[in-house]
Amino acid sequence: MMKGSQQQWPLLVPPPRTPGKEELPIDIDSSIPVSSMSKPYSDSQIEMSGDFVRNPSSHSIQSKSSSTHSIKGVSFREGHDLNPVSYGSRGASLGSNPVRYGSRGASSGGFTSSYKEINDEDARLVYVNDPGRTNQQRFKFAGNSIRTSKYSILTFLPRNLFEQFHRIAYIYFLVIAILNQLPQLAVFGREASILPLAMVLFVTAVKDAYEDYRRHRSDRIENNRLASVLVNGEYEDKKWKDICVGEVIKVSGNQTLPCDMVLLSTSDATGVAYVQTTNLDGESNLKTRYAKQETQMRTPVVGNIGGLLIKCEKPNRNIYGFQANMEIDGKRISLGPSNIILRGCELKNTDWVVGVAVYAGKETKAMLNNAGAPSKRSRLEKRMNKEIIILSIFLVALCTVVSICHGAWLRRHREELYLMQFYRKYDYSEPEVKKYEYYGWGMEIFFVFLMSVIVFQVMIPISLYISVELVRIGQAYFMIRDDRMFDKSTNSRFQCRALNINEDLGQIKYVFSDKTGTLTENKMEFQCASVGGVDYDNGKDISTEDWQTGYSVQVDGMVLRPKMTVKLDQDLLNLSKMEHTNEGKHVYDFLVALAACNTIVPLTVETSDPAIKLIEYQGESPDEQALAYAAASYGFMLVERSSGHIVIDIQGKRQRFNVLGLHEFDSDRKRMSVIVGCPDQTVKVFVKGADTTMFKVIDKSLNLNMVNATESHLHSYSSKGLRTLVIGMRELSTSEFEQWQSSYESASTALMGRAKLLRKVANNVENNLKLLGASGIEDKLQQGVPEAIESLRTAGIKVWVLTGDKQETAISIGYSSKLLTSKMTQIVINNNSKDSCRKNLDDALQLYKKLSNVSHSNDGGHGAGTNQLALIIDGTSLVYILETELEEKLFELASKCTAVLCCRVAPLQKAGIVALIKNRTDDMTLAIGDGANDVSMIQKADVGIGISGQEGRQAVMASDFSMVIYTSLPTIVVGILDKDLGRGTLLQYPQLYGAGQRGESYNGKLFWVTILDTMWQSVAAFFIPLAAYWDSTVGVSALGDLWILAVVILVNIHLAMDVIRWYTITHIAIWGSILATFICVMIIDALPFLPGYWAFFMIAKTKLFWVCLLGIVVAGMVPRFVVKVFVQHCKPNDIHIAREAEKFGNLRETNAETEMNPISDLPRSTATATT
Amino acid sequence: MIPDGSSQASNKISKKPTYSRFTQQDLPAWKPILTPALVIATLVCLAIIFIPIGLFSLSASKNVVEVVDRYDDACIPSPNQKVGYIKDPATNKTCIRSITIPKKMRKPIYVYYQLDNFYQNHRRYVKSRSDRQLWNPKAESRTTQCDPEGQTGDGKPIVPCGLVAWSLFNDTYMLSKNDAALPINKKDIAWRSDRIHKFGENIYPKNFQNGTLIGGGKLDESIPMNQQEDLMVWMRTAALPTFRKLYGKIETDLEANEKITVTIQNNYNTYSFHGKKKLVVSTATWIGGKNDFIGRMYMAVGGTSLVFAIIFSLLYVFKPRPLGNPSYLSWNKNNTI
Repeated sequence: MMKGSQQQWPLLVPPPRTPGKEELPIDIDSSIPVSSMSKPYSDSQIEMSGDFVRNPSSHSIQSKSSSTHSIKGVSFREGHDLNPVSYGSRGASLGSNPVRYGSRGASSGGFTSSYKEINDEDARLVYVNDPGRTNQQRFKFAGNSIRTSKYSILTFLPRNLFEQFHRIAYIYFLVIAILNQLPQLAVFGREASILPLAMVLFVTAVKDAYEDYRRHRSDRIENNRLASVLVNGEYEDKKWKDICVGEVIKVSGNQTLPCDMVLLSTSDATGVAYVQTTNLDGESNLKTRYAKQETQMRTPVVGNIGGLLIKCEKPNRNIYGFQANMEIDGKRISLGPSNIILRGCELKNTDWVVGVAVYAGKETKAMLNNAGAPSKRSRLEKRMNKEIIILSIFLVALCTVVSICHGAWLRRHREELYLMQFYRKYDYSEPEVKKYEYYGWGMEIFFVFLMSVIVFQVMIPISLYISVELVRIGQAYFMIRDDRMFDKSTNSRFQCRALNINEDLGQIKYVFSDKTGTLTENKMEFQCASVGGVDYDNGKDISTEDWQTGYSVQVDGMVLRPKMTVKLDQDLLNLSKMEHTNEGKHVYDFLVALAACNTIVPLTVETSDPAIKLIEYQGESPDEQALAYAAASYGFMLVERSSGHIVIDIQGKRQRFNVLGLHEFDSDRKRMSVIVGCPDQTVKVFVKGADTTMFKVIDKSLNLNMVNATESHLHSYSSKGLRTLVIGMRELSTSEFEQWQSSYESASTALMGRAKLLRKVANNVENNLKLLGASGIEDKLQQGVPEAIESLRTAGIKVWVLTGDKQETAISIGYSSKLLTSKMTQIVINNNSKDSCRKNLDDALQLYKKLSNVSHSNDGGHGAGTNQLALIIDGTSLVYILETELEEKLFELASKCTAVLCCRVAPLQKAGIVALIKNRTDDMTLAIGDGANDVSMIQKADVGIGISGQEGRQAVMASDFSMVIYTSLPTIVVGILDKDLGRGTLLQYPQLYGAGQRGESYNGKLFWVTILDTMWQSVAAFFIPLAAYWDSTVGVSALGDLWILAVVILVNIHLAMDVIRWYTITHIAIWGSILATFICVMIIDALPFLPGYWAFFMIAKTKLFWVCLLGIVVAGMVPRFVVKVFVQHCKPNDIHIAREAEKFGNLRETNAETEMNPISDLPRSTATATT
Repeated sequence: MIPDGSSQASNKISKKPTYSRFTQQDLPAWKPILTPALVIATLVCLAIIFIPIGLFSLSASKNVVEVVDRYDDACIPSPNQKVGYIKDPATNKTCIRSITIPKKMRKPIYVYYQLDNFYQNHRRYVKSRSDRQLWNPKAESRTTQCDPEGQTGDGKPIVPCGLVAWSLFNDTYMLSKNDAALPINKKDIAWRSDRIHKFGENIYPKNFQNGTLIGGGKLDESIPMNQQEDLMVWMRTAALPTFRKLYGKIETDLEANEKITVTIQNNYNTYSFHGKKKLVVSTATWIGGKNDFIGRMYMAVGGTSLVFAIIFSLLYVFKPRPLGNPSYLSWNKNNTI
């Protein structure tokens, strides 16, 4: 089959890279971290290919369950028993040859993904172009219509109510309302008690209904979009919702894909298609997808398309994994993630593709990923829950006491009960005597219990939940509207995805950060190069006028210019133009290698000036992009890539290079190579890769001096924090080429062990290379990162950086981002066995003890500065440590370290590291990252922050809060608006953050102090009127008015004493709520049909009333005021002092040296003792 | 639903939040700090306000002249048969008591009856009334809240219904000084608002106290509700279990040491629940009746404030802490001590 296709191409052009590439990402041994890892992780990390690890940006937040699912979803089943199922005449023996695909250990090396077995139980069979047969199976496949709406007209009421009553507060209110409906208990009016709850439910329901209506509408629009579907041999327009699995769909360029499809063929002869997955994972670069050669050949003839059978895994959420087999002409070929294009993606740079729908509608990966984020509970909420339980115990105790007393009372008066005015056992108003409102001993006591529950229910501040929620909404509003939380370059605002963890942001103790895209910009910038042993490191930024005259080429009257330019070294620039000198030749080869040895796709972008076009390089590796831009800036501009060849514009001349073969990057070789047929009819292999592996295959005998010089340059580059790549080349003789070609061909068509064979081929050709040079690429730090990290450290937050980079790079980034400082003692753990890990950890702990002893005996004052530890640990060691007993030691060590750097870690290990901390301390953790590889970590941490690269799918955020009005307004207003300190002060003193970590503002002690305080206040509010009005003529309503007003004023003054910043709104809320209570009382007492008619006006005429009110408020508040003043004077906390300093302006006159002492982890007593 | 990638570069509206002092939380704010001056000033102010008010209240309470005479025990012939005596409709319940005026009392002098251990604020009791029925003749059958005192045995509505009205206090007092009757003015003892807006003029008591179980007083069925002032006073249910209700006013001054004879019709049964009955003759001041509590409480609060003002002054003088000095910040303390 391959041979057949080969004839269509010119000589020396065997089918390009497709065969190798499509297998690699799912090949076991190719996944970078996996090969070096053992049991705990290996079988769950199979699909974490280079592709996955390198994902620069994503904000698709999957739910916790989805992430586990996505990772487990591709793991191979071990020892599954297959009951072969025949698939019609052709595939009779398909499943009968189960391969035990052990994923642990090296024995799996002999197999390739082409023989991955999919358990029949889990498989779905798709008959291409035969939707009828496809859908007639055991499983009913979902249609392509989607439904993001939650309700229909019929289900709305029950479902909505069901969902609303998921909130504990509502259930509580409901129970109280139901209790009020019992006639025996009716403390308040029956109707009145149900009203607030009914109103809240109603408002929420209306809001939900409106939102759902909008979802219905957007669903309808989405479902009615048109796609071109093959029906009876012709493409017809069909609505999206009518597409079924098994149908063949044709999609044109720039269109959105209607469902998940396996590519059958594309407009490109080699079956390449490019898709943009912005809507799916937020990444904006183009992803390359391939149609299988076997189907690519057939599809142009429409009738030929049927008869294919695809057997693929069940729908799952993993957007980076796909496993399937395709049966074609009795042969089985395997399909991987690179053969499937997903719903929601956009087809780019490709005229058309034809594919077969395999997952539709709600089973598409996009829809399966459309679930909400896992809900997290804030620490405050957990504490609140605990305290509410304490209060509930109180409540039950109180009610029990009341019912016991009631029982005693009933017993004491049992003789009189039959006569008691309102407790008559018998009703004498009736002719015959019968029981009246007396339910017997037990029931009476029980009713009294329930009644006291109603009466004392206010003790449980259940509405606090709603208040807190409203406060968070307000806070989120301010966070979103903060113009300092706006990123100009991406035009994106802060997004608050989870409302319930706002307050945790103030209590973080550990920050886990991804490196690429978080600390660094993920914008690789070519910095310098060493070519032929000469360091070209004097790059100058092209100034603006230079940029105008910078390198550009003329094509058809158009000026083409690279979109990004790099710093140009003048010497190198001059040399690049002198092709005929010896040095010039070397530079020429180097730059050609930069331009050719990659998988970059050049795209032209229109500019405002119609005569100028920009050329943009799209590719999955930012390093390659940087190199291609560098080559372009030096005049070697890659302008075209098509099947089998690339066009490089070299100093104004368009030169065609035939790409004869490509060996993908893999983690074993750590290099990639292309075999290129050059315009001068020579065949060259260009290789680029990591220095460690490249120097092994370089022929050092050629020019030892140059090799040594290059090595020293590399050392200096990497110490500057640059990412280095070594570039080599070899010219292939005809015989060598033919030998390579035949082995390459047989390897890429092999059915067994294709990847391994290809790697062998690559290894054979990548040797005896001539060293061309090395490049240094800067992984640019994000703006402000060093300052931010320094602030975090002064604030007492431990910063852990988790990166997939190699150790040296990670350390250099650590230095440039000020995570590591020269003062720190570095502990490096880099091992290959458990025993050595254990030994290293023990040694490190010993070292720590020694160091801390030294610091204690010397000078504790500055000890914190000199004895900071930094732990650097790599992924391989973590394999032996995580989930073993060594975890404990690592935790002990890591918690002593100021900075921790984990390099070469796999995505799942990141989550493991977060769990290491989270499971062992109560300290709050925060994870920040930008890529899909960070999702698990983000979800694991208490607070997760995703950096959005670009805006993707406008995921319908299920906003499931409701506006509840009867919670106390002033508290909410103060909760939203109040701030303790200005941002200037906080930035100046990052240490102030420590107050949150230590939980100074709210803790258990404070809870009990507050309880005592409020107890005193209620004593004042109750007993002062009681004593003042004892044996007076006061009525129930009048005294009730006094009590309610006293309570409202007390509560508001209490709040007012804690307000730090009084805005106009705060004044309005606090004084307004007191005023509103007065008005309400007046209105109620002006209704003649209520018993309390005119009571307020009568009592307000007496001076005693006002004297009482004033007395209650002052007597209630004096202890609080006195204690507050006393604490602030004698034991001021940091925030008090900073507030005073802010107000009285002493901030800037401070001694700079004392300011920056970080919070010491040493126990305070020791620290003071040693000074 | 699908954002358009290609048009991103051009004409995209900036999402930068618009600046406003509100959204950026830059609104002007008053940031009070508890400075020593403020603290001491507050406490001294409290003392200055509270101590005089306390003194005034004490003196006002002292000026109230109050005579309290408990008669429930004294008006029973044999202490062993209290309940039987009071429940017997046939006995004569007249009881003569004599009280001495301790100090000169200026008019108006109020006559109250005081009940102890009478929980007029009980939940079931308070609700057992129909306010609509008292005002609107058409609503006289709205008695459901009043059960079991809503209807007579044969289903006729009771006006006024409910336990509150049913338990109407019905002792009567006649005062005489030196054998001359001392008139008690029982006009306008109820609130004006009750007379005008709460108790209707076309409503007459009906079927009241006709049942098998008689509670308290009966009502004259020929007098409209808006003139039944004793009922109005009674139906302003008291907040506390020891309460007074206005019986009437004496419109003349009483001199010190004058003896007043009280003729009591001891009808009301407080004996079955060990309640006390007292007759109170009292003058009134702005503080109400005789009650030292408010004065004492104000003196205590004012005094406490003063004491703390002194304590804090001493504290600020002898152990001062400069406000906002960064050397007091926790992370600086370790090094600078």
